[in-house]
Amino acid sequence: MVSGPSDGKKIPVPIKLLIAGGFGVGKTTMVGAVSEIRPLRTEETLTDRSIGVDDLSGVESKSTTTVAMDFGRISIGDDFVLYLFGTPGQERFWFVWDELARGALGAVVLADTRRLADCFPSVDYFERRGTPFIVAVNCFDGAPQYQLDEVKLALNLGGDIPVLLCDARRRDSGKEVLIALVQHAYGRRPMAKV
Amino acid sequence: MNSDDALYDEQVVRPYVMTRGRTEARAKLDLITLAVTVRAATGVEVGLDPEHLAIVRLCRRPLSVAEIAAHLDLPAGTVRVLLGDLLHGGYIALQEPQPEADMLDERMYRAVLDGLRAL
Repeated sequence: MVSGPSDGKKIPVPIKLLIAGGFGVGKTTMVGAVSEIRPLRTEETLTDRSIGVDDLSGVESKSTTTVAMDFGRISIGDDFVLYLFGTPGQERFWFVWDELARGALGAVVLADTRRLADCFPSVDYFERRGTPFIVAVNCFDGAPQYQLDEVKLALNLGGDIPVLLCDARRRDSGKEVLIALVQHAYGRRPMAKV
Repeated sequence: MNSDDALYDEQVVRPYVMTRGRTEARAKLDLITLAVTVRAATGVEVGLDPEHLAIVRLCRRPLSVAEIAAHLDLPAGTVRVLLGDLLHGGYIALQEPQPEADMLDERMYRAVLDGLRAL
């Protein structure tokens, strides 16, 4: 247990949510729509140690990769603070996902019906890792409208994974998506299954 | 963009120079680990660099590793090292994320759902 700040106010417990999906699907847009702060960008520098090579010959031989992530914040009273991270879109950055996904309460996989296959890697990743996730279809103007059942079928999703429509630009829509995610994660708790 | 940003962009001052070559030897802090200042630094303390002082100033309210990195335009890894120094010196307190095992906590889900609905 840590001591609180000098003014006696308690420090909230941080909780992580992920917004995943293909490049250009609206991840940062959704983060910005619901965040109480302007979305920020952080860079995670990964050394070769992070990708499994253990080279003891010295720092001069270390290769590094920098990955940028956009994120936002939603304060939940004084007790909790949610951080929403847009996952890096490119597959070659998957080793960052493991760090990001560790401890995450759940993930939103954003989908675009014009490029539905772009979200397959995210769906596969969270299924494999066992991270609770839902799929939100971002309704782009002019994109073909499908029934949610059709999207579910095309993504070969298990019956209990919620799929919903959203408009990533709108705060109330993003809020509904996050509520659906937290409700789903709540139902997926190991104790809830007993 | 101010001239300081330009310096970092040109990599004139490399992040590991700021940390005197130290990398993340201490337990790795999550990107959402919160830091808050518990002891003010006056600027004459031995061993504190401008970046340390900037963090002590920023964290008068709790901020995550990711936010500190974004505000100071430093890589998250560099911020972790600086936070380790400040924790060691008693300047900051840290709040780790809810552990995955505690995600079972029903009160947490209730609070988060109520908070989101109230947005």
